[in-house]
Amino acid sequence: MAKFDLNDDGVVVVIGSGAGGGTLANELCQKGIRVVLLEAGKRQSIETFVNDEWESFFQLAWLDKRTTSGSWRVARDFPNLPAWICKTVGGTTTHWAGASLRFQEHEFRTATVYGEVPGANLLDWPLTLEELEPYYAKAEDKMGVTRTHDIPGLPGNNNFKVFYNGAIRAGYRGCHTGRMAINSRPRDGRTSCQQIGFCFQGCKVGAKWSTLYTEIPAAEATGRLDLRTEAFALQIQHDDSGKVTGVLYADGEGNQHFQRARIVCVACNAIESPRLLLNSASAKFPDGLANSSGQVGRNYMRHTTGSVYAVFPEPVHMYRGTTMAGIITDESGHDPTRGFVGGYELETLSLGLPFMAAFLDPGAWGRAFTRKLDLYPYMAGMWIVGEDMPQESNAVTLHPSEKDRFGLPIPNVHFDDHPNDIAMREHAYRAGRKVYEAAGAIEVWEVPPYPSTHNLGTNRMSANPRDGVVDKWGRTHDIANLFVSDGSQFTTGAAENPTLTIVALAIRQADYIADRMAKGEI
Amino acid sequence: MPKYVLDRRRFLRRSGQAVLAVSAAGRVMFFDPDRSWAITLEVFDERIARTLLAMTRTLYPHPSLGDEYYAVVVEALDAEAKKDGATATLLAEGVAKLDQALAVPFTELSEGTRTEVLESMEGDPFFQKVRGAVVFHFYNNKLVWRHFGYEGSSFEYGGYIRRGFQDLGWLPDPPPEVSPPPYLG
Ligand SMILES: Cc1cc2nc3c(=O)[nH]c(=O)nc-3n(C[C@H](O)[C@H](O)[C@H](O)COP(=O)(O)OP(=O)(O)OC[C@H]3O[C@@H](n4cnc5c(N)ncnc54)[C@H](O)[C@@H]3O)c2cc1C
Ligand code: SF4
Repeated sequence: MAKFDLNDDGVVVVIGSGAGGGTLANELCQKGIRVVLLEAGKRQSIETFVNDEWESFFQLAWLDKRTTSGSWRVARDFPNLPAWICKTVGGTTTHWAGASLRFQEHEFRTATVYGEVPGANLLDWPLTLEELEPYYAKAEDKMGVTRTHDIPGLPGNNNFKVFYNGAIRAGYRGCHTGRMAINSRPRDGRTSCQQIGFCFQGCKVGAKWSTLYTEIPAAEATGRLDLRTEAFALQIQHDDSGKVTGVLYADGEGNQHFQRARIVCVACNAIESPRLLLNSASAKFPDGLANSSGQVGRNYMRHTTGSVYAVFPEPVHMYRGTTMAGIITDESGHDPTRGFVGGYELETLSLGLPFMAAFLDPGAWGRAFTRKLDLYPYMAGMWIVGEDMPQESNAVTLHPSEKDRFGLPIPNVHFDDHPNDIAMREHAYRAGRKVYEAAGAIEVWEVPPYPSTHNLGTNRMSANPRDGVVDKWGRTHDIANLFVSDGSQFTTGAAENPTLTIVALAIRQADYIADRMAKGEI
Repeated sequence: MPKYVLDRRRFLRRSGQAVLAVSAAGRVMFFDPDRSWAITLEVFDERIARTLLAMTRTLYPHPSLGDEYYAVVVEALDAEAKKDGATATLLAEGVAKLDQALAVPFTELSEGTRTEVLESMEGDPFFQKVRGAVVFHFYNNKLVWRHFGYEGSSFEYGGYIRRGFQDLGWLPDPPPEVSPPPYLG
């Protein structure tokens, strides 16, 4: 592994090693560019991952204090845990389930297609599906997404059998085991899925794509990656001309260093990325870096989610095998006759007993609740993921008084459901119930959203610098050598799980950066 | 041990309540009168331990699971109280409140009445502390997983690829286009 000097101002500094940052760093290294990758977390491996929900959570999750506000139920159930994301090398790709879907054509043009939606800050992406398609194809190949590139689908588990039979009987047609970044056959030096059932806890055989054991080792092999773990970025600094000069960060011992840079790319996930830009405010940029639009931290999206669990007369053992290999796509289109704009996917989901106790009905207790848990082996489960409306008031902001251990304001995450979000969630709950009742459920339970696993939109892309933070390449409108490289770039959220799009954008951004560097334009 | 302790223990055995005693090694033990289980306590007295045990059971009743599984929660709370004085006070005061709710100590109330007392305290930080501790410590105990039919870690057994991940027999198998056969190497 390379080691670059703190004063080396020829390097690209990427902050965050997850889906966006890990991919970008590797792509740049492959093109001969030297990269310093700053990652706040430690490095785990498939050997150190554990098949234990809470133990794994404490090993991988981002636990630094955050606060919440707004009318979303997460603020009540998990006031200091708005989001379920990771602080570890590989970021949330250690935790993620692997569902990898392309956005639909119209989802890049929602302002145009959905029209005026009161209260929603809809905007068309400055990018089309057609432009992104080649990068989607590259991302799918890189990640080994099933049902693309002639890769067969995964075998359905028990949870899928229930889901599928219910779906067909309920009249749905688009049901299969999903497009998953999980090897259904050995591929790319990694083995195939062993149906371990702990996808959220870090795949212990490496069948599931994670930057931890794909992109990052590949980048290291080039000799051009300097990965610094437990390196917490505190502030991005700039010179008088307004160009960024490097990143101030704290190492594991709390010592601070300044790494100079030719280019800085922020990929800290959609809560920490805007927080870092806001915390980098200076005399020249009093509202934070790249914030002339005032949109940094705004338009926070988390997908309209919820789960449906059901109990059957015979055992299911839903936790055996892949956590999310099952999808119904029939509701994902835009059909305003349903009473809302945009669409949603239904995907199989299972939680182990410890998480089920915490998430099935947060705060509930007594016999009615314990009776439900006693039925655990008879349960099947699905997750709703749908497009939520960007709203300017849904925002990541700096806490007015609370500071972290470095003395920096902690983030507050404010979220109110938009009426469209509520209408969609209710529709989806009804759809989930219909599926499970068709499969013979005795009881169906509607489960409220978990802390956000998809965090998007807080540095959104826009054609006009007035409307957003970055351009179609993820370059900030205000600062030519400052980029955003994660899900915070999303202009709107679409109905699909976001990671494939984050990876496709990162590959595309790497091409752009390399091209501009070669031309001497950055 | 003084005689009255033994007498009291005999009494308690009849009442079925757990008791506190100092072990030969000088540790404070809280145990079932039949000695089928025991935990070590460092902060709680008998009343606190017993009341919290009753509270955990009332919050998340699983009649077929013995007190030993709930005692794990009491032990964890005691360990937390040892580390943090504020938690110790919160728990001690909460227990006092439970006992003061009616003329009879909480442990001697029926399950229905205990539930009513707890309902009246739902907003209390003490209530939330204990409730959260049960959710975390009780359901995270590998020994209770068996009761729930949850099999836990599967990596060491090679996952479920040959151990029933698609053994559900009461519904038709999905066709191979939507669910291809597993790759077995
Ligand atoms: C349980 C779960 C299941 C999921 N399943 C799916 C799925 O099936 N499909 C899908 O598409 N998506 C899924 N997701 C979401 C997916 O994981 C995220 O969309 C994706 O990882 C986001 O990529 P990112 O690059 O934006 O951020 P991350 O992958 O979260 O990476 C951000 C990195 O930045 C680091 N960082 C943050 N701040 C700093 C700082 N100041 N200094 C240094 N480093 C910093 C963090 O430690 C982290 O490693 C799931 C998420 C969870 C939690
Ligand atoms: S089910 Fe498959 S992808 Fe998930 S953890 Fe197991 S082997 Fe990995």
